[in-house]
Amino acid sequence: MNHAVNEPRSYLDAPYGVASWLLTKDHKRIALLYLISITVFFLIGALFAAGIRAELMTPEGDLFTADMYNKLFTLHGVVMVFFFLIPSIPATLGNFLVPIMCGAKDLAFPKINLLSWYLYLIGATLTLGAVFMGGVDTGWTFYTPYSSMASNTNVTLAAVGVFIAGFSSILTGFNFVVTIHRMRAPGLTWFRMPLFLWAMYATSLVMILGTPVVAITLLMVGAEAALGFGIFDPRVGGDPVLFQHLFWFYSHPAVYIMILPGMGVISELVAAVSRKQIFGYSFVAYSSLAIAIIGFLVWGHHMFVSSQSIYAGLVFSIITMIVAVPSAVKTFNWTATLYRGSITWESPTYWVIGFIGLFLVGGLTGLFLGAMGLDVHLHDTYFVVAHFHYIMVGGGVMAFLGGVHFWWPKMTGRTYPETLGKISAVLVFVGFNLTFLPQFVVGYLGMPRRYHAYPEEFQILNVVSTGGASVLGIGYLLIIGYLVASMFKPRNATANPWGATGLEWDIPSPPTTFNFEIDPVVTEDAYNYAGRAQKTGDN
Amino acid sequence: MHPAHENHGGHHPMLQHHFFNMGQQLEASILGMWVFLVTEVMFFGGLFMAYLLYRTLYPAAWLAGSHELNEVLGGLNTVVLICSSLTMALAVRAAQVGARMAQIVNIILTMGFGTTFLVVKYYEYAAKFEHHLVPGAHFDPTREPAQQLYFSLYFMMTGIHALHMVVGLGIMAWILYGAWKGHFNAEYFAPVEIAGLYWHFVDIVWIFLFPLLYLIGKHQ
Repeated sequence: MNHAVNEPRSYLDAPYGVASWLLTKDHKRIALLYLISITVFFLIGALFAAGIRAELMTPEGDLFTADMYNKLFTLHGVVMVFFFLIPSIPATLGNFLVPIMCGAKDLAFPKINLLSWYLYLIGATLTLGAVFMGGVDTGWTFYTPYSSMASNTNVTLAAVGVFIAGFSSILTGFNFVVTIHRMRAPGLTWFRMPLFLWAMYATSLVMILGTPVVAITLLMVGAEAALGFGIFDPRVGGDPVLFQHLFWFYSHPAVYIMILPGMGVISELVAAVSRKQIFGYSFVAYSSLAIAIIGFLVWGHHMFVSSQSIYAGLVFSIITMIVAVPSAVKTFNWTATLYRGSITWESPTYWVIGFIGLFLVGGLTGLFLGAMGLDVHLHDTYFVVAHFHYIMVGGGVMAFLGGVHFWWPKMTGRTYPETLGKISAVLVFVGFNLTFLPQFVVGYLGMPRRYHAYPEEFQILNVVSTGGASVLGIGYLLIIGYLVASMFKPRNATANPWGATGLEWDIPSPPTTFNFEIDPVVTEDAYNYAGRAQKTGDN
Repeated sequence: MHPAHENHGGHHPMLQHHFFNMGQQLEASILGMWVFLVTEVMFFGGLFMAYLLYRTLYPAAWLAGSHELNEVLGGLNTVVLICSSLTMALAVRAAQVGARMAQIVNIILTMGFGTTFLVVKYYEYAAKFEHHLVPGAHFDPTREPAQQLYFSLYFMMTGIHALHMVVGLGIMAWILYGAWKGHFNAEYFAPVEIAGLYWHFVDIVWIFLFPLLYLIGKHQ
């Protein structure tokens, strides 16, 4: 290729214009489109959360009516789960990095990739439409008969929005599976792949196997609400618990859609910040697959108290303990990688440490809830709320932000002020713990979730929680502030600011449209930091 | 497994820029269709799960519901779809060897069989409306309520299947256009191949639906 004559331009510059972005087939541009859209939905979801925390400042239900409060937590859940967390890492960092880490020019199906973004937008718009038409009050789980018979709001519209957004998620997973199978560069064997690719592969399996099931389930609810088909209607013999089974068959694995990509990000970051080959590479790789597979067999632990047979509950409880093992393998291997590593205290390091701590708490409290007896006490209390926020926000969002901080120079060609990066990581960590640690206590003491009023003795813990949420909010706004500000500065990022290994660090920041000027050939294992140090030493 | 760079000199006009060569592009398309079909299996799987549960709970309602279906028309449609699978396979073969006329004829035959299926289905559905077997407010009140579950699942399963047939006919029309233009040959036949995979999948769904819905209690 004649790059001497015609210097290839970065993907951000070539070509210009709004249409060139909205009709782009470049996976990197689609990643940025997704990044902007999910940030918008993150802010919308956060707004609903702010409403919830404001209401819970006082024991009386004084700020919002009970109905309004129902809508707030429903919309917070729906928006955050379906329009932020599920697409967060796969559709942004995954879209950007999967082809580059494979050494490919693009995903296998670039047009389908663009289609997935439009489906996401259509689904999100319909669901927002439901908000403006009066909101949804079923909780994000859309349980029947709330959603089919008892609800007087716009459940069908919101469900159609989630249904459509589900296809965007299927298409992303579908694209990743084919790309990782068929488009890896020569020499890039499965066990030379960066662990982020393994994590994205496992996530994609969950997306393509789980999402269709929730799609057909929502369709059945729609047929019931709109056509009177009564599949979950007890009046004709239908079983509402069947809905819960089908729903959790997807929605429990969906937890892994939200956390597995984060684990992949952390595996990359932990090796880079400790300048070391990751400890037990193949165990970390296989544990991603193990989580994806075993994760499909534990959904019944959401239903210990909903008329499920006690023997089924027992089996689900045991498998739930087993699914914790691969997560523990990863956590041990990350700490073993940090052990005696040459740790550099750059901003990604702060996110890594924060993630490991919060994910640990989230994971261990998950075992409390997986234990059948204890779950009867903790079910539907704030303990559950605290637990899954530790996994999804403490784990998922910390990893997402860590990944954004790590790859921001690659994606945009800009750097952000390191000090602010570190301050925001600390703010988010402290704010997060202040928000959710008290909720474990208040939940254990018996405060149920999803009520806008509560007994007075819980007030002090709820005030701490609301105060913490404000700190958390400031942390997030700070990040959005300095990252957006960096876009208005000149491009100053070097190709490899962290001294990390990986194909993405061998190409310019930001990359050119087709990623590689010369098709790459991979000749070494991932995270060959020792080899790289050797080479630099020799030179 | 890894595509070599043998094709860099003269690019095939149908080679997309991000693939090394036609072989990699073909393999990616075929794997893509298989992955898509896996999602389809899971999609229909939810309905089969509901079917399994309710048939176990309400065997009598399932028997009574099944007696209302016309197994002759259902059987006819099964034969029609199996024939369409044959012509589809012949169309793929014709594309692989680049026989343009054989592609066109076989795709048209496939579309003919597909349309026949939908016409028969239309008459079956119309009969259900006449006999008040559509679940909801107008369902025959003399029947036990659980039969509504049977017919809810009957309409959802066959309805979504029929929708897949309609989409399939659209895909066939697009393939027919390509075949007419002579696009497909030994080097480039991926669209016909993956359209064929889709078509066979939709047929196989029917092969499961027919006995599960039409033939309950027929062996007694």
